[in-house]
Amino acid sequence: MKVESYVLLFVGIFFGLVGLAYWLMSHEDAGAIMLLGTFLLGSVPGGYYLWWSRRMSPRPSDNPKASIEDGAGVVGAFPGSSIWPFVLGLGATFVGLALVFGAWTLAVGLFLAVAALVGVVYESRRGGLV
Amino acid sequence: MTLLAERPAVFDEGPAHEHEAGPSGFLKWVTSTDHKVIGKNYTVTALIFFLMAGAMALLIRAQLANPDSTLLSQHTYNEMFTMHGSLMIYLFVGPVSFGGLANYIVPLQIGAPDMAFPRLNALSYWLYLGGGSLMMMGFLTTGSAADFGWVAYAPLSNSINTPGAGPDLWIVALILTGFSAIFTGVNLVTTIYYLRAPGMTMFRMPIFTWNMLVTGILILIAFPVFTSALVLLWCDRHLGAHIFEVSGGGVPVLWQDLFWFFGHPEVYILALPFFGIVTDVIAVFSRKPIFGYRGMVFATISIAALSTSVWAHHMFTTGVVLLPFFSLMSYLIAVPTGIKFFNWIGTMWRGSVKFDTPMLFCVGFLATFLIGGVSGILLASPPVDFATHDTYFVVAHFHSVVMALVMGAFAGFFYWYPKMTGRMLREGLGKVSFWLMFIGTNVTFDPQYLLGLKGMPRRIAEYAASDGFTTLNRISSAGAVLLFLAVLVFLVNAFVSWWKPIPAGDNPWDASSLEWATSSPPPHHNFLWIPPVRSQRPVWDYNHPEDRILEHAKPRRGGLVGAAGGGTVLLQDVRLDGADTLDSGDADR
Amino acid sequence: MGIPGVAKLRRIARFLLLSTLALGLGGCTLPTFGAFRGATSQGQAEFKLWSWMTIAGLVVAVIVWGLILWAVIAYRRRDPNRIPRQFHDNLPVEIIYTAIPLIIVGVIFFYTVKTENKIDALAPHPAVTIKVTGFQWGWSFSYLNSAGKQVALVETAQTRPPVLAGNPTSPEYPQFVMPLGETTQVELVSADVVHGFYIPAFNFSRYALPGVTNDFDFTPVRTGVFAGHCAQYCGLYHAEMLFSVRVVEPGAFATWLNTQSAAAVAA
Repeated sequence: MKVESYVLLFVGIFFGLVGLAYWLMSHEDAGAIMLLGTFLLGSVPGGYYLWWSRRMSPRPSDNPKASIEDGAGVVGAFPGSSIWPFVLGLGATFVGLALVFGAWTLAVGLFLAVAALVGVVYESRRGGLV
Repeated sequence: MTLLAERPAVFDEGPAHEHEAGPSGFLKWVTSTDHKVIGKNYTVTALIFFLMAGAMALLIRAQLANPDSTLLSQHTYNEMFTMHGSLMIYLFVGPVSFGGLANYIVPLQIGAPDMAFPRLNALSYWLYLGGGSLMMMGFLTTGSAADFGWVAYAPLSNSINTPGAGPDLWIVALILTGFSAIFTGVNLVTTIYYLRAPGMTMFRMPIFTWNMLVTGILILIAFPVFTSALVLLWCDRHLGAHIFEVSGGGVPVLWQDLFWFFGHPEVYILALPFFGIVTDVIAVFSRKPIFGYRGMVFATISIAALSTSVWAHHMFTTGVVLLPFFSLMSYLIAVPTGIKFFNWIGTMWRGSVKFDTPMLFCVGFLATFLIGGVSGILLASPPVDFATHDTYFVVAHFHSVVMALVMGAFAGFFYWYPKMTGRMLREGLGKVSFWLMFIGTNVTFDPQYLLGLKGMPRRIAEYAASDGFTTLNRISSAGAVLLFLAVLVFLVNAFVSWWKPIPAGDNPWDASSLEWATSSPPPHHNFLWIPPVRSQRPVWDYNHPEDRILEHAKPRRGGLVGAAGGGTVLLQDVRLDGADTLDSGDADR
Repeated sequence: MGIPGVAKLRRIARFLLLSTLALGLGGCTLPTFGAFRGATSQGQAEFKLWSWMTIAGLVVAVIVWGLILWAVIAYRRRDPNRIPRQFHDNLPVEIIYTAIPLIIVGVIFFYTVKTENKIDALAPHPAVTIKVTGFQWGWSFSYLNSAGKQVALVETAQTRPPVLAGNPTSPEYPQFVMPLGETTQVELVSADVVHGFYIPAFNFSRYALPGVTNDFDFTPVRTGVFAGHCAQYCGLYHAEMLFSVRVVEPGAFATWLNTQSAAAVAA
């Protein structure tokens, strides 16, 4: 997991330096804050991955000599089919319409969105089709 | 009962698991969370938006072919360039790459059964479709669609200057598609970090996958800023805020600052996937490994990092930005881009290059991106920008770059269409599309550099005969016809190839990465068998064992030890000593 | 490559060097691709920088295109069964083509900063001060005296502009006058949305922003009439928001200004 952490830490360090330079040279608030945000986006997960990479047991995907057999078995849960993404997308679109045109589409949109969120939670609990 | 996806051991005799009967037909499509289905959905939807935006471009060029043109009213023309740009940038080039091709190909290239979050992936697509539809719905409103340019500068975009539902729909649409992109970014990074096959270390991933990782991170950096800015604009328009209005104590230039902090990384989000495609395709068609793999990775990350530090080069003429900082950062992007260019050429160098359609489009990409890149360096200089900002010089620059990316997209389509459909696209028609597109791009956009230098501003609905812009505009409009024909020939090609298929097989291009180890199209959960991953080119190694790159082999003497390549050496310069064999596990064959 | 190849390269190099020298010493003017040489000293500084950058860009482009063309021709597949030598790295070459662009960037940046400082420099005591206001969809030029009071005004008629753009130098668009060889300071602002104050012949444009005034100088080096456009999309009649600039001898300028003030007083 080390290389993965380095990628994010590079982002963190780069924007730490650039953000500092930019702030000192310009004192422009908006840009400085956005660069600070980017610094955090790199350093927080990057720092976590670095810490975790030292504690985790090695994975086959980090081992250049691993054989495919080493990774055999369960990889993860990949829900194979679910209506809820479509329902949530539809709901979000209706909420969008409601923002522009107002009124009744908001009811439809919120209903669909809430139904989808509830549906997804239940689906995850009982295990969807894989 | 939950069935969990398994990565089969190499000697898995049985066929893929038979799942219990799922939905079929339309319901199967609507409930699908398979990255391959979602990738195809994205690609087809994006191509439809491309055709719509292309039609708008033809109208724009028809208008500008003559001086004093009254073909379109000013209002309609302003809608046309706004929606052309918006559709192309927000709804085509981005989604086709990170939503379409990446969704389909990245899990295959790393040997994964799917993306890390399949339902989130599906949600990304539906949000994209919903958002895109909302944007196009603007044309159906009384005031018509948004007409403030794809950048929607404040105060022009406020409710006093541009009232109506069309602009509102535009804003809401982009909030939805923004979330769609952010979810895809999360999916990409997580998938690449967690679902790689055994032996597929980070530095053995194909460059396309590396570029999609960096694109995913860029999406996470840039899109939230844009989504927030859109919400602020909404507050100005409808909730009585004065964030971007002087009258309430706001700062109009702040919109530009926020927008371009997103906008510049956005154009690299558009570009990096196609850099990745071109890298992989050139290597395959030159029958050589990528030249300077680590340099490529470093260059991609540098380009992404630098691209987030240059945003105010779009604001040089505001008079309120720090010119030297942003111009230096912008110039610096030329260095990693140059590294990539030389590495692409180095990949072809002393290779055995076959100019099938994907490779032709890659060469077109190289030739065209060079023009766009050099003109970009000119624009990175504030004094030159003072003279050329908001003129057709800028329009020519970004269209050179974007058309290069489109050629990269077509390289990707021709290269991966066989994998996705099991059929080949027609070579002859492909070559015709290429030449029409390459010549069309140059005839349409090279005169626009000259127009910009002559002083033609951009986003003008018409110009006078006395301006002296007529001849160059006419040449440019003629070129647009060639581009139209290029797309038409491609559509014919896609149609013919679908209805009269030429079977493709697993690996029609003798390519190197893992997606070519499985059938065309791949089965459910992608792989019945995965070859051992010992280098960046697992499938090539398996098919051409005498031409492999080896790691951890001891060199006989100095020779060409590619230290920068992480210890990879030429087979011919190496004598393998007994302990270090080609088979590092009995299951590898 | 054998000896004959090297001799051929030497001949090509000699030819290129001689032709470049001939070009330079012969004093022939290179094509400008339509760019303006600059009617102000600031504009001339921009033209000089642009020229050198364009030459550098073209040289780089020709070299890279040449490499691409060479690769496409020399390395095309002739034997379908041949697998070429699978090299993939050459650290010295990679370092070279990282270092050289860095150096080029450094040089360009140095000259860029010099030029932009020259263009953005503000004279402490300009000969003329004009307050330019952009609005939807026209311009207003207000001449200010040293106390900051308006002494003359030229502006787009507030009635709706003609439907189609005409010649910017025609009388239906406002024309402001500047004296040759003296520094005119412009204070640029917008009354509504962002506009772009663009004079192609001066190689210059700057945003007219609401609530923020942008100051810059023009020091004309040529008399003449020059077209002006709005270069930042500002709504429906953006294309028709034209104006022009006339540069005259200082004497003629003083006469003109007196006429304008007299007319303003009389009105």
